[in-house]
Amino acid sequence: MLQFNHVTKRYDNGKPAVSNLNLKIEKGEFVCFIGPSGCGKTTTMKMVNRLINISEGSILVDGKSIKKQDPVELRRSIGYVIQQIGLMPHMTIKENIVLVGTLLKWSKEKKDKRARELLKLVDLPEEYLEKYPHELSGGQQQRIGVLRALAANPPLILMDEPFGALDPITRDSLQEEFKKLQKELHKTILFVTHDMDEALKLADRVVIMREGEVVQADTPDQILRNPANEFVEEFLGKDRLIQGRPDVTTVGQIMEGFPVTVQTGTTLKSAIYTMRNRHVDSLLVVDPGNVLKGVIDIEAINLNYKKANLVEEIMEKEIFSVTQDSLLRDTVHKILRRGAKYVPVVDEQQRLTGIVTRATLANIVYDTIWGDGMELDEMATAVE
Amino acid sequence: MDTLDQFINYFSQNSGYIWVQFYRHFLMAVYGVLFAAIISIPLGILIAKYGKLSSWVLALGSIIQTIPALGAMAVIMIVMGLGTNTVIVTLMLYSILPITQNTYVGMKDVDKTVVESGFASGMTRFQLLRMVELPLAVSVIMAGLRTALVIGIGIAAIGAFVGAGGLGAIILTGTNATDGTPIILAGAIPTALMAIIADLIMGWIERKLQPVKSSKPRTA
Repeated sequence: MLQFNHVTKRYDNGKPAVSNLNLKIEKGEFVCFIGPSGCGKTTTMKMVNRLINISEGSILVDGKSIKKQDPVELRRSIGYVIQQIGLMPHMTIKENIVLVGTLLKWSKEKKDKRARELLKLVDLPEEYLEKYPHELSGGQQQRIGVLRALAANPPLILMDEPFGALDPITRDSLQEEFKKLQKELHKTILFVTHDMDEALKLADRVVIMREGEVVQADTPDQILRNPANEFVEEFLGKDRLIQGRPDVTTVGQIMEGFPVTVQTGTTLKSAIYTMRNRHVDSLLVVDPGNVLKGVIDIEAINLNYKKANLVEEIMEKEIFSVTQDSLLRDTVHKILRRGAKYVPVVDEQQRLTGIVTRATLANIVYDTIWGDGMELDEMATAVE
Repeated sequence: MDTLDQFINYFSQNSGYIWVQFYRHFLMAVYGVLFAAIISIPLGILIAKYGKLSSWVLALGSIIQTIPALGAMAVIMIVMGLGTNTVIVTLMLYSILPITQNTYVGMKDVDKTVVESGFASGMTRFQLLRMVELPLAVSVIMAGLRTALVIGIGIAAIGAFVGAGGLGAIILTGTNATDGTPIILAGAIPTALMAIIADLIMGWIERKLQPVKSSKPRTA
């Protein structure tokens, strides 16, 4: 749909605003460009509809190089929404919505019909068509701004911090409305913002830029899970990384290592001895290869002490375990739902590698709420 | 009381002549402003687009404005001879600054974001000018024409010195006559009235052209 090939923009003063940008955007994809001011995100966007000319490289829209197209025609075929909204103050809402239609010389009937259709998308009453922009609230004006971009049904829409100037509540509802609209209409969106929450909320893919270069381009999940470098981490902010943790953290990252175990072949007598020594009421049973076999607890030993001799004779074999790559999010649910006190963690070969207890989860909750808990690695070492 | 009686007397006896001069006076002022507008509006648009020129052009306009009108008219008379053309050219020179300046300011005042969104929607330069910039700047340009016309009516009064006629001719007659006060008034009062009425009418048009309208009349 949209392809950047070695795109570079150099202004007269020499230092490139955008350097060697390579990116491929699929049809229907919602891509957010984010970065500190002056990182080249807006420049990148404006090069697409040739508001700014490319110095080197090429941009392809639907496989056609934009350099080979007439800039005026090109702009009419690409939607454009800006932060300051920029509605024509001397035109009615209707005239504003179908501005591109006017430029494309649509008939009056077609324009009327299209304006009405579009206004329905944002749930505004039809009387608004005859109003002037200054009679609308900021949120309503930006809805009209979005409709104007949609008027000629362009497959690609460029948006430059469109919700940046709105109050938080209006912004929130507009973001949701717009995301829904985008899914319905299946538009490709190139969205510039400096608000990380907005980017994570809306985007299918987030492109983080710094000093004219792409630092990381990935899904919001991946970026939270694997920030490419310190800059990205800092840009995301510690709070967001911690809050994002239950979503992206794996069990392996938070589990406690070295749970108390007994090997198969151990006598019940020595099992009780281990329990007493380690102050636990149950033991995980593993074979010599450290493969998890089962679990015994103090009650089972108490009931069967006379009848049995070895741990494997009385251990509970049907135990619930999780693999260390599974997401913490799912594990939490399972632990809570089953009312289990702990869950053993195993690798792909069923070898025991650690344990997640309710106390571990309490730590995570604590960190999420107060946000100043120990780093993951430190936490793991501390537990050991 | 005498003066007033004599004024009414002169006015009623010469109403035809005064009307002819009034009309001539008005036409000179309007032509001057009109020709100036033909030059100044495009000039104003041009300097609004190419910022480097603006300081030069506006400075030049200011310099012209400081030359006393009578002096300028005398110099132009040397080139163009006696008659209405000299007056119209002088008026034109004095109208250039207010019209150019207002066009420049009007164009500069158009919200950049509106221009950007129009341009990004795929307007050509000309469409942008016709559909966005001029409609939004027109009331400010109108204010420039209004100022120019009022100044022009004043300057046209001294056109009598170069034999262009107009209400100035009546005033001149009055100053040359013994006890000419009523005649002077017969020239001066219509001149003043013309300026005031022109100002009011142009002001009304200016308000009509305000670009930002309401969908329904406001209930204040």
